[in-house]
Amino acid sequence: MGEPTRHQDSDIRVEVWRGTAEGGVWQGFLVPRHDSQTVLDLVTWIQHYADQTLSYRFACRVGMCGSCAMMVNGVPRWTCRTHVSRVVGDGALRIGPLRNLPVIKDLTTDMDPFFDKWTGAGGQHHPTATRDDTVVPVRPDDPARVAASAGIECINCAVCYAACDTVAGNPDYLGPAALQRAWTLVQDEKDGGRAEVLAAVSGKEGCFNCHSMGSCSQFCPVGLDPMRAIAGLKREALRGA
Amino acid sequence: MLDLHLYMLQRISALIMVPLVLVHIVVMIIAIQGGLSVAEILGRTQGSVFWFLFYGLFVLAVSVHGAIGLRVVVHEWGGLRGTWLTGFTWATFGLLGVMGARAVWAVTFA
Amino acid sequence: MSAVPRAHPLWLAYLLHRLSGVALTLFLPLHFWLLSQAISNADRMDRLLTLTELPLVKLAEFGLVFLLAVHAFGGLRLMAFERMHWPDHQKTLAASAVGGAVLISGMFLLRAL
Repeated sequence: MGEPTRHQDSDIRVEVWRGTAEGGVWQGFLVPRHDSQTVLDLVTWIQHYADQTLSYRFACRVGMCGSCAMMVNGVPRWTCRTHVSRVVGDGALRIGPLRNLPVIKDLTTDMDPFFDKWTGAGGQHHPTATRDDTVVPVRPDDPARVAASAGIECINCAVCYAACDTVAGNPDYLGPAALQRAWTLVQDEKDGGRAEVLAAVSGKEGCFNCHSMGSCSQFCPVGLDPMRAIAGLKREALRGA
Repeated sequence: MLDLHLYMLQRISALIMVPLVLVHIVVMIIAIQGGLSVAEILGRTQGSVFWFLFYGLFVLAVSVHGAIGLRVVVHEWGGLRGTWLTGFTWATFGLLGVMGARAVWAVTFA
Repeated sequence: MSAVPRAHPLWLAYLLHRLSGVALTLFLPLHFWLLSQAISNADRMDRLLTLTELPLVKLAEFGLVFLLAVHAFGGLRLMAFERMHWPDHQKTLAASAVGGAVLISGMFLLRAL
């Protein structure tokens, strides 16, 4: 196993957003191009060799944690799972912090609003039993269980939140991830807070703001479908009304 | 900013307008043949209770639907909020409603 | 719309629905004003109606019918998606909405010419 092949004549022009909540600029770097390079590799190279003051987040590097989500050429993606060859246009690339979240510094955003909305939409389990009660079997092919299972793999990476234009235009809107989680609870027969969750999602900033543009489902790296979940929430919320 | 009530009003006004829109388009396709004139329009609508009710309902529904629709747009794309947003919504509803009502009256029982 | 990196078929459908709605709402006051001229100034209205003979006006009318049809069909698609359990084939339905609108407004244009 040797060094990955370096493509001498095709160094990549990378523009990285540098700044804080007050504002910032696009800073250019020339990064050596290699085979099988991911966008996260580029950011890492810049921070190691070009500018140690660059701030960014990552953890697993293998597409499981969602920490490395950023805007790549205007589209929210997991940078560790984005091959440079797929997104580089004319040997250039733009990397910025996730949209719709306050910037802390450079490529790191404040995830608090995202998690506040997660709980604001009722996104926690409401228990109905104790450890002394019999475990009630839940059939995996039960339609409600299937619907719930379709949304529970969310790892809170906020790509859907960054992709959504409705979130962009309506900062109080709960957003696709929070609403999808609420939907999984509404469909979970073990959850005792159904009415509470439906009330939480049908307020002014809730599911009725969704325009079904589907950018959430289009860009979710886990392949989830928040758009469908939100449509389900609209139906359930109206049923109870 | 769209709660359950505004959402339902938007959907209901839309459903009401579906048959109205289809009839309107078909009538327009027929009406424009051979050119348009005041006489031709009034010949169809003047004194007609049917067209009064038809277009009266249409105006009411579109005033609600258009006002709520524009409300969403000026909020999401224009950043309008609070009292200004509410005022804008009512003003749009009022403008469409009043002008529409005048138009309906003009071609039916004026 | 590849100028907008996040553009994809259902996003384009959303944009078309929004822009058509705004255009129609802005057009309505003009439409209502013209019709109310029937009482206040019937002669002026007749003169204005002769403008509808102009090819450019016929094209504009065609455009309006298209916008109205595409907005209505798109809205029906949305309401079906929200109310009924038809979550699949949204892209096909969105394309059909545009197709249907072209058909209807095309009929209008052919009759108008």
